Amino acid sequence: MEIKRFLIVLIIFFNANIFAVNDEAILSSKPEKKLSDYRFFSDPAAQIPVEKVFPYILHSALFSDYADKHRFVYVPEGKEAKFIPNEVYEFPVGSALVKTFSYPEALNGGRKLLETRLLLNQESGWKAHTYLWNEEQSEAFLKVTGYTYESMPVKNDGKMLSINYRVPNQNQCKECHLKDGKIMPIGPKSRNLNFSIQYKNKKSNQISYWLENRIVEDHIPLDLIANWSDENAPIEDRARAYLDINCGHCHMPSGSADTTGLYLQLTETDEGKLGFFKKPVAAGRASGDLKYSIVPGKPEESILLYRMKSPDPGVMMPESGRTAVHSEGVSIINDWIISLK
Amino acid sequence: MKIYIKYLILVSLSFNAYSERWEIGPSDSSQDEIQEALILAEPGDTVYLKEGIYNLRHGLSLDVNDIVIQGSGMNKTILDFSDQKTGAQGLIVTSDNVVLKDFAVENAKGDAIKSKGVKNISFLRIRTEWTNGPDSKNGAYGLYPVESIGVLIDECVAIGASDAGVYVGQSEQIIVRNTRAEFNVAGIEIENSYHADVYNNIATNNTGGILIFDLPNLPKQGGKNVRVFQNKSFKNNTENFAPEGNIVGEVPKGTGLIIMANRNVEIFDNDFYDNETVHIAVVAGDLESGDDNYDPYPKSINIHHNRYSNVGSEPDSSRGDLGPILVDIAGTNMPDIIWDGLLPFTQLIFGQPETEKLVLKELDETKFLNLDVFWYVAFPFFHSSSRDKSLFNGSLENLPAIEEWK
Repeated sequence: MEIKRFLIVLIIFFNANIFAVNDEAILSSKPEKKLSDYRFFSDPAAQIPVEKVFPYILHSALFSDYADKHRFVYVPEGKEAKFIPNEVYEFPVGSALVKTFSYPEALNGGRKLLETRLLLNQESGWKAHTYLWNEEQSEAFLKVTGYTYESMPVKNDGKMLSINYRVPNQNQCKECHLKDGKIMPIGPKSRNLNFSIQYKNKKSNQISYWLENRIVEDHIPLDLIANWSDENAPIEDRARAYLDINCGHCHMPSGSADTTGLYLQLTETDEGKLGFFKKPVAAGRASGDLKYSIVPGKPEESILLYRMKSPDPGVMMPESGRTAVHSEGVSIINDWIISLK
Repeated sequence: MKIYIKYLILVSLSFNAYSERWEIGPSDSSQDEIQEALILAEPGDTVYLKEGIYNLRHGLSLDVNDIVIQGSGMNKTILDFSDQKTGAQGLIVTSDNVVLKDFAVENAKGDAIKSKGVKNISFLRIRTEWTNGPDSKNGAYGLYPVESIGVLIDECVAIGASDAGVYVGQSEQIIVRNTRAEFNVAGIEIENSYHADVYNNIATNNTGGILIFDLPNLPKQGGKNVRVFQNKSFKNNTENFAPEGNIVGEVPKGTGLIIMANRNVEIFDNDFYDNETVHIAVVAGDLESGDDNYDPYPKSINIHHNRYSNVGSEPDSSRGDLGPILVDIAGTNMPDIIWDGLLPFTQLIFGQPETEKLVLKELDETKFLNLDVFWYVAFPFFHSSSRDKSLFNGSLENLPAIEEWK
């Protein structure tokens, strides 16, 4: 018994720095059963990361049933991500993107962690896994089949909503993260990070901070994408930013929804491909008896908005990732379509 | 010793364990059990769904190559999605070399079974159905392979889809055979696809029996090389119940087969009867699509040795552009086959290349009508529809058969 304990101490002392990320786990062909085994956090419940794991915030974010998101990036020692204009940074093998979803007031008025999603970059490409937090909020466990948190109380705009929050299954990760048949990150693009946030010790522009900390090797300044929730930004910019982050990862060439010919990523400039007077292809009843994806000036005649407003799984867009209607998003797209000539 | 035996068993298992068989029966936890099997299965495995009704609340998905999902019969293993809360399909497959057989998907909120971007997929003795009958609230497609290469649909049944029962879109190397499509808006639809054999199927009680379409503004277009033979397309007289906005919403009820755009289509040895509008329509696609890469005109369409009876007893002029024009021109003498006569303007004046012309080799009694739509619409003074088949007795080479994937 004494010997065993001694051995454990020895192993810890020589092999594993418990305050550093578990690089082997990131590269392992089988995902860990417990989130803590990756050692991304020094205090998981408080979402305090270890030293080389950095928080980041996207300027324009995907709507996920009003859940808060806590994002972190990890690039292994001695490696750096490459800057690619208009695309996600090219992260080196061994990198990890960590995203925890929570509801601020769901746990007796306190924050409840729901799930933590991992994107792990291995030799064979990115792997996606989801970990479900336990009742005690002390640990999150691997969950491949998805899960529903029934009737979560969520406060929005002064009103209480009850949301059946759906944790995606492993295949559903791929639905959104697929590009050219491979899993890819969506959020960390330069144009979505080029603004200042509060770090532990200082306030800093995220790109500068990433350069300082050798997360990225190089950078060419790009215009910051609009924040769709910024009421002072022009409506066109807000709408295109909203469509980009909420729809553009599937509705782009070689994305999951490319069969529709409707492309909504920020770089698309062809009005027809953006949906102006575009007839539906395979919408079925989801067309809502309307003729075109977008009728400029007429939101009530636009299929795109009709599908955003629906909670029906056979109609709604996006197909997964939400069960509630995002009324703020609906209102932005509504105003944008009105503004179109 | 105990450990040693366990080790031996593991070793012997691993030698036999190239393919594992997952068995799942209907229960309160079958949603998670099926989805877990579809995620954790390894290539070569079979996921077996025992007889019974499975009440599922979330769409299922498969993303592992070389998997068989097998039930115990299309009327015995039933995946019921009446209470579906999430997912745009009943089942979606995104991996290669997958065989689906002997089960049913009922009442999916969106499409029943979709495959997207896969190589080699088989649907064998699968039933997709919306059990309340024709209803615009039903899902769009029953069997729905899209952007797939190597598609086999054999001995399936597709009922009640508000768009198409069998819909193969933007795909290649396709076989649809021995399948029954009933009470859908479109029975069997091959759209923007290359190399398809559609044979020995029954399309009945749909709005339109079989559609060979090519649409503009899509990643894959220029549909071509489609053979439709030895099918029975009859009594497709169900009122069109497609939601507006969808292209099939323009199909008049009582239509046996429509070829829209496409190149190299061969229609032979089929039986068409009791369709209340027309048995076969050959028409142009959207002339104002704004898509420079889109060719709306059907070319090299070869229609021969089919059997026709009892057409046009109650032609539908309520839908689309074609129905009203057809009824106006044909009067009470409805033809078996129509061509809208649309051609690029230069060809309208100077004639069509021989190799692109419509070919009709049918019995003398088979009635044909060239609607000559261009002049009908543009300048009625020059309009001259014609029932003369002899202008279409050219010859086109027969198309080769499609090889089945193994």
